Amino acid sequence: MNETLKYVYEVDGSDFMSAGVASADVKKNLKMLGFSGDLIKKVSIAMYEGEINMVIHANGGIATVEVSDDCVSIVLADKGPGIEDIELAMSEGYSTAPDRIRALGFGAGMGLPNMKKYCDEFKIETELGVGTTVYMKVYNS
Amino acid sequence: MISNEALATSLGLEIFNKGEEKNVECGYCGDLLSWVMGKAESGCAWMTVMNNVNVAAVAVLRDVACIVLVEGVKPDENLLSRAQIEDIALYGSSEDSYTLSVKIDKLLKSGI
Ligand SMILES: Nc1ncnc2c1ncn2[C@@H]1O[C@H](COP(=O)(O)OP(=O)(O)OP(=O)(O)O)[C@@H](O)[C@H]1O
Ligand SMILES: [Mg+2]
Repeated sequence: MNETLKYVYEVDGSDFMSAGVASADVKKNLKMLGFSGDLIKKVSIAMYEGEINMVIHANGGIATVEVSDDCVSIVLADKGPGIEDIELAMSEGYSTAPDRIRALGFGAGMGLPNMKKYCDEFKIETELGVGTTVYMKVYNS
Repeated sequence: MISNEALATSLGLEIFNKGEEKNVECGYCGDLLSWVMGKAESGCAWMTVMNNVNVAAVAVLRDVACIVLVEGVKPDENLLSRAQIEDIALYGSSEDSYTLSVKIDKLLKSGI
């Protein structure tokens, strides 16, 4: 493939029961395009955690995924509350997830650390009361 | 290495959804989804007490060989239907994760 493929998903913030659908679709597409298991694993983990965070913490948002031969780039943009202290949010075990969300198995405070760990490039832009955008890139090595 | 189906038969697991046949290479126990997401190996038999639809999403994305709901937990309606749609093996057991893990380890080592 020579051109860049672009996938855009509206992630529904009111329905965390169906969250993960965008990630699963990206995974399926990457598999079809013949990418390595290693790249697919990294993208799946990073995107899923970001997708779930938009649902749980930001009432949904837009996921844009661009795929080229050598790189998968993921941008997750929401209009949620923003993150007050990024460094704190990035630390393993930190979570503000409410009890009803924890009861579903979320709230370990491992999502952002996972995203950083499995991405080659990772950046968060956030503003309180405005929203959060997460930029991630995984290279096809 | 054994197939998920052979594992279910050997351990007498309840089969909620048969799912795609996959090889079981190892096991993983955990209920915190982002922990499982970051740590579980693909091809594992994943033991958990979580029974909501997000379990299926993690199982698909991490390519687990099968989900085993332990200690008598049953899948909720959404988990069961997502497992069927995604063709994931979904089993159940009345035993706890530790007891099952020991048995799975034996099975994997004997390679039946
Ligand atoms: N998109 C977002 N908008 C607002 N706050 C966020 C967003 N993403 C993360 N956060 C904040 O950062 C914290 C840490 O996020 P992280 O994903 O690491 O853990 P978690 O989502 O709480 O739990 P887990 O991901 O383990 O299920 C969250 O609890 C939340 O306070
Ligand atoms: Mg999270």
